[in-house]
Amino acid sequence: MPDPAVIFASVLNGITTGSIYALVALGLTLIYGVLHIINFAHGSLLMVALYAAFFCYTLLGIDPYLAMFLLVPAFFCVGYLLQRYIIAPIRFGRDQNVLIATVAVAMIVDNGALLLWTSTTRTIDVPYANGIIDLGVAFLPVSRVVAFFAAVVIALIFWAMMVFTDLGRAIRAVAREQHGARLVGINVDHIYATSFGIGTAGVAAAACLLLPSFYITPQVGYTFVLVAFTTVVLGGMGSFIGALVGGILLGVVEALSGLYLGESLGQIGIFLIFIIVLLVRPDGLFGRAAGA
Amino acid sequence: MSGEIKSTFGLALAALFFLCVPLFVKSDFGLGFFILCLLYSLLGQSWNILGGYAGQMSFGHSAFFGTGAYAMAILQLKLGVNPWLAALVALLAGAAIGAFIGSLSFRYGLKGSYFALVTLAFAEVMRVLANSFEFTGGGSGLLVPFKPGAANLQFSGRAAYYYLLLALVALATAIVWWIERSRFGSYLVAIREDEQAAQALGINTFRTKLIAMVLSAAVASLAGVFYIQYYLFVDSGIAFGPTMSIEAFLAPLIGGAGTLVGPLLGAFVLGGLGRLTEQLSGGAAGINLIGFGVLLLLILRFLPDGLAGLPRRIGKALQSRRGATQRA
Repeated sequence: MPDPAVIFASVLNGITTGSIYALVALGLTLIYGVLHIINFAHGSLLMVALYAAFFCYTLLGIDPYLAMFLLVPAFFCVGYLLQRYIIAPIRFGRDQNVLIATVAVAMIVDNGALLLWTSTTRTIDVPYANGIIDLGVAFLPVSRVVAFFAAVVIALIFWAMMVFTDLGRAIRAVAREQHGARLVGINVDHIYATSFGIGTAGVAAAACLLLPSFYITPQVGYTFVLVAFTTVVLGGMGSFIGALVGGILLGVVEALSGLYLGESLGQIGIFLIFIIVLLVRPDGLFGRAAGA
Repeated sequence: MSGEIKSTFGLALAALFFLCVPLFVKSDFGLGFFILCLLYSLLGQSWNILGGYAGQMSFGHSAFFGTGAYAMAILQLKLGVNPWLAALVALLAGAAIGAFIGSLSFRYGLKGSYFALVTLAFAEVMRVLANSFEFTGGGSGLLVPFKPGAANLQFSGRAAYYYLLLALVALATAIVWWIERSRFGSYLVAIREDEQAAQALGINTFRTKLIAMVLSAAVASLAGVFYIQYYLFVDSGIAFGPTMSIEAFLAPLIGGAGTLVGPLLGAFVLGGLGRLTEQLSGGAAGINLIGFGVLLLLILRFLPDGLAGLPRRIGKALQSRRGATQRA
């Protein structure tokens, strides 16, 4: 039985890692909630955003936190165009086509990155990378704490956008009743692409917050995509607060199962939760019941 | 000629061609290419039973492939079981995993994208398990010693492997051929097109889907058995990682899911494209997968029935043009 202090430290660590999962999952849950698309390319887009932030820092000297203001609009455009011109024309009324299309995009992007940037693991060295906050019983890296609060703020921004803006109302209308939305004059294709763009912009924000405390390889997308799916399913598809809580919960589960089961077997915790939630409660902890 | 005779004739011709391949292709390189394409065909045909006919898209077919490969390796290495018997046990093990995953997912009513995700998650669980225990070789995997001989199911030349694999592909294709003509196959297609309607007609959808899954898993585990006897090495990433799951659905989706020849067609197109991109790029890693991804997007966009649907599309286009000229 590990020392309570070790458990506490590992829970805290899990919370900060989980907030990063939540950050990645926020965009995914928006895309799922509106388009009912399972976007397999989400992790790959995160990977590209990480490289973009990396090169912003190494080539242009732009701090990752500042690069956010550049990358978020850029990735909005990437997501918008990807949905409008590559994914949407393939749908033919079948959600499974979209799933496969996003797998194809992920294959192209992942292996393209491997070709361009090789499988070398890269990290950046920012001045505040070694900054640590002492909580008495545990130490937390500054960049993780920043990511945690940023995740909360971004979840609130997403939520406020959905509730208080016209765009949010249009998105909710399309998500609820596509044909009705079209009848009242909403441009459904535009809303679809906009939602995909916002989800992708969320990935860019996540990448900028992640970079100071993380590494990049072309495979990093796949690692994240499954965790992000788990977060989204656990939190209830389309729920931002759910994604936030779900992500943090998963981070804690991962930290604890790593502590008790060892590094290799510990990875099983997340997948088991994923399977159990999918089987038993596919609407998630915070999701509306099916059909609502 | 009626369609039935025509297709039987076509199959016989294809069988003859494949039987003669080793007579003309002598190099290890050339035969290796055919073996790779046939391995894609076998995996693809396995996926086709469940994904193409029953409409249950699996993203975790490596769970069955990997079970076959690991069971075969462990039985030979750790328990000294005769390889032929081991192959049978590995087949049953793969089918059992299929029954387990299938009964859980179908019992809880998972379908569409949810089913795809849950199969992927099961494959990942198995990857983690295989990576964590001593008797599966942990992170370093399992290496099977090379002892050629028919009794050991290992051969010194590639031609023998080629014929073994060809027989497996023929078996899988025969299963699909039977499905196309049987009442069971009609049940599967009914479920694919409209599950609720199928249920209303009195089809036991749970049982039917489960049988399709078990069949599919059994065939995929045979691919794993072949893999370990041919490459003599397996680790958790090869066996249960996403690559094999992706290979399993690429061939049928490109060739035409839910058709008899689609997976075979797709497998050879993929194999050829892979070779081509490799040669053009000088063997850069991952470039073949970029090619596969682009091809998949193009097929989804312009030929949603896959390559096998191409002749019918052309026929339709010609017919409508002919009709137009007649009217004019």
